[in-house]
Amino acid sequence: MKTLAVALLNMCLLLAVMNARADLTIEITKGMDNPTAIAVVPFAWQGGGAAPEDVAQVIESDMLRSGQFAPVARTDMLGLPSTQAEVFYRDWRALDTEYLLIGKASPQPNKGMRLDYELFDVLRQTRVFSGFESGPASDARMLAHRVADKIYGHLTGVRGAFATRLLYVSVVRGGAGNKDYYRLTMSDSDGARPIVLLESREPLLAPAWAPDALQIAYVSFETGRPAIFRQDLATGKREQLTNFKGLNSAPAWSPDGKTMAMVLSKDGNPDIYLMDLATRQLTNITRNYAIETEPAWMPDGKALLFTSDRGGKPQIYRYELATGATKRITFEGTYNARARVAQDGRNVVLVHQKEGSFNIALLDLVTNRLQILTATQLDESPSIAPNGSMVLYATKSGDRGILAAVSVDGGAKFRLPSREGDVREPAWSPYLSAK
Amino acid sequence: MVTLSERQIARYNLFKPALRNVPMKHVSVAGKLVTLLLSAAFLVACSGSSTKEDEEAAAAAAAAAAAAKAAQEAAAAASASSASASAADAETQRLMETAAAYGNVFYFAYDSSNLTPEAITALDAHIAALNTNNNSVRLEGHTDERGTREYNLALGERRSNTVRDYMILNGITAYRIESISYGEERPIAYGSGETNWAQNRRVELVVVSN
Repeated sequence: MKTLAVALLNMCLLLAVMNARADLTIEITKGMDNPTAIAVVPFAWQGGGAAPEDVAQVIESDMLRSGQFAPVARTDMLGLPSTQAEVFYRDWRALDTEYLLIGKASPQPNKGMRLDYELFDVLRQTRVFSGFESGPASDARMLAHRVADKIYGHLTGVRGAFATRLLYVSVVRGGAGNKDYYRLTMSDSDGARPIVLLESREPLLAPAWAPDALQIAYVSFETGRPAIFRQDLATGKREQLTNFKGLNSAPAWSPDGKTMAMVLSKDGNPDIYLMDLATRQLTNITRNYAIETEPAWMPDGKALLFTSDRGGKPQIYRYELATGATKRITFEGTYNARARVAQDGRNVVLVHQKEGSFNIALLDLVTNRLQILTATQLDESPSIAPNGSMVLYATKSGDRGILAAVSVDGGAKFRLPSREGDVREPAWSPYLSAK
Repeated sequence: MVTLSERQIARYNLFKPALRNVPMKHVSVAGKLVTLLLSAAFLVACSGSSTKEDEEAAAAAAAAAAAAKAAQEAAAAASASSASASAADAETQRLMETAAAYGNVFYFAYDSSNLTPEAITALDAHIAALNTNNNSVRLEGHTDERGTREYNLALGERRSNTVRDYMILNGITAYRIESISYGEERPIAYGSGETNWAQNRRVELVVVSN
């Protein structure tokens, strides 16, 4: 009873919605060599008073962060067109603009908002694309990200992943004699609109998304022991899934959402288990005296990657669900761990150690080539965007944990330093909508 | 005390084939005293020959000497043991104080879950105390920040389990021990570099009174 009381005291559950502007700020550290010049003109606000949100700024930042685009500065713009009739191509050619995006933001009944946009090819002097997005005005930033997704998709041929969310863990140090605060936060993909989903005096880790992006899972020590929880994002309802002796960690939802891979050490040492979420039936898929951890699903749901030190040092192995066949897939270096697979089923990001430095590397499962993407010292927890373009990861700046991102070709980089505390374990959401 | 030693000897013999990597466990308090004095002397010798780690070694030697002194007192008390309950209580108290003098944190080398000689000496003192009371212990394994978090959770568990197994081999029943890993989530020192990392690679023993 005493233990329970202490656990309850220690656990400070906070399901409140905090709408602080942004805990994370963005610093672009490296863009691609030949970015496409795009001008994103401030959208004309059709309602009264000032526009509630500078949606063009949101779109412009998205394009910039991708590393593939160089936005034209607003202060250089010779005019601010919002209709095709107001577009003078020579003004934009003079600024070496390749593409021009203009638009309008209109208030809609029932606190709605609609964004109409048009994209022009300045060199060919043609309108190449137009469309609109609508939704609640309170979601104006998300509408803007959806416009950015469309523009990015049209210009690159790859679906944009700006209208997505991030989960991350932040830690505010308690100071001398005090316990730290652990927070599980969800934000937009640009770090804006953070919402604290859970706050605890005990460690929180391993946040993971359900494939429908409506639920999440994580590990919480709030009971005094590690346990896997799942939480519904709309209702905040939580459910403790495991309570075994030893490790209960590394939850990973299967692509069909029915099974959760996890790590349990209830039988003596860490092994990978599959939990049928409907029946709670457990299946042990590794039986080994080594450490087996960090399961990650292949996008087709037919195989899992995991980390094992059965060969003496941690390496990535692949397990086929149909046959139970297991084979090692990393051979370069003495430390390869925590794999995450891109939706193409080909690119794998992982933590690779070389000469004492831990970096994010990309393993191509077809060519077996391993490419190191980052150059800092203690890089970990890679999470790949649903369109496979960027990898978000955790690193250290001074003695602080921060988030950073790198494109899968290593060409673009940005950092998301936190205003407060250490930030770690980013998890990039799946697409929030089917299209 | 006699009963205790016999029980320990019985345990030792029972588990002897399994001991392999674990250095020999001394079963009597007197035997332990010899070990303590030897290790203290060894540490003092180290401090004499080393230039880089003078300060640390000296501190360690001082701690070891203090602990040895406490152990000596405990041993002296043991030799003058009486059958009365109050004397037994005093003995338990002394053994607990001896254990406390060693501290409750055991450190590990990088990527290792093997007990260091210092950790074994300290653990033996805790085991001696636990053999005279019915307290439970919670063993909390920790790692430094290098490597992935989940893998470090597993490494931390390996460390706390190593301590647990050593305690079980030396007579503490399994149900009195809880082994938990925090991985790299609960550092003592936040910075990077070996000075900080060395403080974080540890198992903390928390005594839970029953």
